[in-house]
Amino acid sequence: MKEIVVISGKGGTGKTSVTASLAVLGGKDVIVADCDVDAADMHLLMQPDFEKSEDFFSGELAYIHQDECIQCGKCDDVCRFNAVLINDGKYTIDPLSCEGCGYCARVCPTKAIENKDLNVGKWYVSNIKTGSIMVHAKLGIGADNSGKLVAKVKNEAKELAKEQNKDYIIIDGSPGVGCPVVSSLSGAHFVVLVTEPTVSGLHDLKRVYELVKKFNLKAGCIINKADLNSQKASEINEFLKEENIVHIANLPYDESFTKAMTLGQTIVEYSDNNLAKLLTESWVKIKQSLI
Amino acid sequence: MNIAIASGKGGTGKTTVSVNLASYLAENDKVVLTDLDVEEPNSKLFLETELFHKEDKFKMIPEWIEDKCTLCGICQKVCNYHAVIQLGPSILVFPELCHSCYACSELCPTDALPMIPVKMGELSHYINDNLNFVESRLEIGQEQAVPLIAQTIDYVHDKFPEDIIKIYDSPPGTSCPVIEATKDADFVILVTEPTPFGLHDLKLAVETMKELKKEFGVVVNRHGIGNDNVFDYCTQENIPVLAKIPNSRRIAEIYSSGRLVYKEVPEFKEQMESIKNFILKIKKEAAE
Repeated sequence: MKEIVVISGKGGTGKTSVTASLAVLGGKDVIVADCDVDAADMHLLMQPDFEKSEDFFSGELAYIHQDECIQCGKCDDVCRFNAVLINDGKYTIDPLSCEGCGYCARVCPTKAIENKDLNVGKWYVSNIKTGSIMVHAKLGIGADNSGKLVAKVKNEAKELAKEQNKDYIIIDGSPGVGCPVVSSLSGAHFVVLVTEPTVSGLHDLKRVYELVKKFNLKAGCIINKADLNSQKASEINEFLKEENIVHIANLPYDESFTKAMTLGQTIVEYSDNNLAKLLTESWVKIKQSLI
Repeated sequence: MNIAIASGKGGTGKTTVSVNLASYLAENDKVVLTDLDVEEPNSKLFLETELFHKEDKFKMIPEWIEDKCTLCGICQKVCNYHAVIQLGPSILVFPELCHSCYACSELCPTDALPMIPVKMGELSHYINDNLNFVESRLEIGQEQAVPLIAQTIDYVHDKFPEDIIKIYDSPPGTSCPVIEATKDADFVILVTEPTPFGLHDLKLAVETMKELKKEFGVVVNRHGIGNDNVFDYCTQENIPVLAKIPNSRRIAEIYSSGRLVYKEVPEFKEQMESIKNFILKIKKEAAE
């Protein structure tokens, strides 16, 4: 079983559209994991049935029991996150600022502070239109995207892939270079970088690739909207050569991506145009890179 | 007046709106633009400015002093993040897990875990005439964006106490970094695109802003692509649409080379003008 992670650094490069196309091309052989839990969009293209759903708890949140609070202010003294609110002598916790370190509860002389387990979202296992399974999640508003929910989604997908003897897991990774991406990347066999030939596309590709290098992972790159700026496209190509990154494909600037999305479809279902052909070839190339 | 530019989905044009709007406003007034997308800061790529000041940003983590340690185990017990672990006769600190809560350090009976600074990123302040630009970038391998975002906002508040327009280019999503970046905003502009992904993520962003009790409006980018569902949603929810930026390959090309779009595309400039008028209106109302 091989784990393929699709990331981009920059948002809006077509990462999810590409991932969904690969998932459709892989069909029954592929378990899909949507690890972009903060703005999960894969389900809009995969027709999931949300067969199984579970709450996800991670971290804690302080809560002050008013009847036991003697307003001594010790909690406020030790809190580094300005999470203790004082209104007319009444002490409460601002849930959006509290990081659940539990320090306040430890110093409270009357044990008025309780740490409650924090529900940070939900995760799901769904049957999807490819005849396979997708593991996905929804992070709660303002929740700490510490990467734990991402790790949960990935591990569930891994277990299912093992159980059902699937060949591949395709993971839609998160944007940026912080915790969620680190969680998405760990354990990957191959990283697909989706980028675009823009100043920001190249900038973010370089930053996120530094992270990929730290993990010592093999990577390939799909340049989306490759004909938008030939100068930037060739700069990306040079970067790929320098870093020994497999150049998987150049996709043209093509609004049929959006047209397909509007119908809830991936490109490879929507049409048999050039874009669909290039994606089909990309899937073959990715599989070859894994051998 | 603090204006945050945010979006649920990445790549909808937050940075395009931020840099063009800030530069356009700076043609007449003093403006501060701050890039709070510290994981992938991009605004600088579109601005010609000169470096005015640069500083390292630190977060505090505990450092183990073996000689003072009695191996009582309290530090490990009080750390909710498993960032301090007792392993045999030594204490291990995992900086990337540490939230700088100070519990281990201050509850240690023998002061064996003093807090020391470690670099988490770099803040740069650039100036070009009326435009002040501040950005911070997280070091690769540092996992927590929130403390750096908080320190960057503090820097801007310190340097610019006066009531001028301050624009914050926020990170994408709806989790902690966005909350931190929009916490102090007087108004939030949510940038979206009229596609199913755009609408889905816009709804998440709207829920977040309602939770934070923020005033907000929407800018629709790539207008003309996709469908009308985003507009129907805004009408239903009574959300003002501040601008509609046309879908155009030319705009995408200008953006791709790092140039300011409003200087070359009149239809784009008109949209910046609409946003500007809106901001000046609410700024005036706030002053009254």
